[in-house]
Amino acid sequence: MTLYDLALGPFAEFRFMRRALVGCFALALGCGPVGTFLVIRRMSLMGDALSHAVLPGAALGFILGGVSLPAMSFGGAVAGLGVALLSGLVTRLTPLREDASFAAFYLISLALGVLLISTHASNIDLLHLLFGSILAIDDVALVLIGAVASMSLLSLAVIWRPLVLECFDPGFLRAVDGRGGLVHTVFLALVVLNLVAGFQALGTLMAVGLMMLPAAAARFWVRDLLALSATSSALALVSGFLGLLLSYHLDFPSGPSIILVAGVAYCASVLFGPRDSLRAIYSAG
Amino acid sequence: MSGSPDRAVVLNDVTFAYDGRPAVQHLSGAFLRGSLTAIVGPNGSGKTTLLKGMVGLLRPADGLIQSARLGGGGIAYLPQQIEIERRFPISVIQTVLLGHWRRIGWAGAATRELRAQAQRALVAVGLEGFERRPIETLSAGQFQRVLFARLIAQDAELILLDEPLAAVDWRTSEDLLRLIVSWHQERRTVVVVLHDLDQVRAYFPETLLLAREPVAWGPTRQVLMPQNLKQARHMSEAWSGEGEHSRPAARLWHAASAPRLDPLPATSLTLPRSQGRDG
Repeated sequence: MTLYDLALGPFAEFRFMRRALVGCFALALGCGPVGTFLVIRRMSLMGDALSHAVLPGAALGFILGGVSLPAMSFGGAVAGLGVALLSGLVTRLTPLREDASFAAFYLISLALGVLLISTHASNIDLLHLLFGSILAIDDVALVLIGAVASMSLLSLAVIWRPLVLECFDPGFLRAVDGRGGLVHTVFLALVVLNLVAGFQALGTLMAVGLMMLPAAAARFWVRDLLALSATSSALALVSGFLGLLLSYHLDFPSGPSIILVAGVAYCASVLFGPRDSLRAIYSAG
Repeated sequence: MSGSPDRAVVLNDVTFAYDGRPAVQHLSGAFLRGSLTAIVGPNGSGKTTLLKGMVGLLRPADGLIQSARLGGGGIAYLPQQIEIERRFPISVIQTVLLGHWRRIGWAGAATRELRAQAQRALVAVGLEGFERRPIETLSAGQFQRVLFARLIAQDAELILLDEPLAAVDWRTSEDLLRLIVSWHQERRTVVVVLHDLDQVRAYFPETLLLAREPVAWGPTRQVLMPQNLKQARHMSEAWSGEGEHSRPAARLWHAASAPRLDPLPATSLTLPRSQGRDG
């Protein structure tokens, strides 16, 4: 087996592999910077919570519209944004902290989603929603993923500066800019949209993986914010490429394969990355 | 907005409350334009609350805060350092440039002139050559200097500082006090929450002594009289009984404030409280 057969052949030969690859690349572009900000804002677990929150909406879309990506995505986005807004509201109006109010709503949402699926759909459907299937991505899905990626990058370009300031010195932002609170909402909406884009390919459980793992790994390679975003995207991209090959050659499910490759990249970064990795810390000390 | 042109901020029977419990009560008075005022008082006496109310981050439960129409720079507010993410990957010069927010906003370009101003601000705080350093590599004192450079870049008429000298070394503390005085000389209105009464006596013409209610407000020498400090201490003991505010630091303030009778010491100060905390 030549290197060509190993690395490029599957994509040259099969249309579904090319689609899957393009889908992964588009996802990587949006997930890189969004994940970077989640990590920097110590909101990693909130991304996880939101990914679960998407489930009941997607399930409802599935029940009403069948295996229709637009219906499931719309439902998922509404459910995700709903949880984000409700949690934000509770955080603002009561002394309950943001992480706790997020946890409360995403658990309610998750339970509701599982209930909906188990009463209205078969177990196969549940597996499909939870784990996705990147190999079944069609043109509609590609357009959706591409649109979300484009919108994410454009929105980030507009809110970049206030978003940076909100992470770094929120009190200052509130003092100098009355619209500062808007930034947090827009950012949460971007998180939800990227999760929705990812869940067709990777499933609701793993969509957040392509966001978090590369972003957490990038932290061990570079320091600058732009470089962090670019490195996260690059790592997500490579994970998508290698994960798809792994899935093709070994007949693994594609979602877990991609996330596991990203996981290997993360572990390698923690151990051997040039900045703050275990190797860097112990070889210096 | 305010009736008189020589008043920067007017407080009219202002009350702030958390959970229905008052943090500041029945405060009336005015910060005159170009005045330099220290706000002092025991822990939990509402100093930070008052500053946040003047910035507009908190809404008074009762009463009215009127700010005079301020020029382009508006209000510059320096919160306590704990509210800032010190490990954020941002450089010194970028941090200072954020001071130009009102001129560059969400997406405006930092022009060459604004960059030059930020550069001059860094020189003024003694951090020339630190432009490209990530802020996480700075000591607490150096970082506070960066935040002061950002205040300079803001070029505000009204400057509100919340414990700017906590946790910085004595040398930084002296330099920053000198900057504060220079802003006063530039006819800006400056209000500073402070703990060290020696610093207040040495540098601040006006003082507001707060213990949830105003104890005294006026010329520093008259405000920091022993009977006033004693009264503030008594008032704070009343609410320390509630439990949550009876931290050791509160007792420190009592110890520092109570027996001191000497008004306005000479300019050379020893500041053992903060010395050596910062490398």
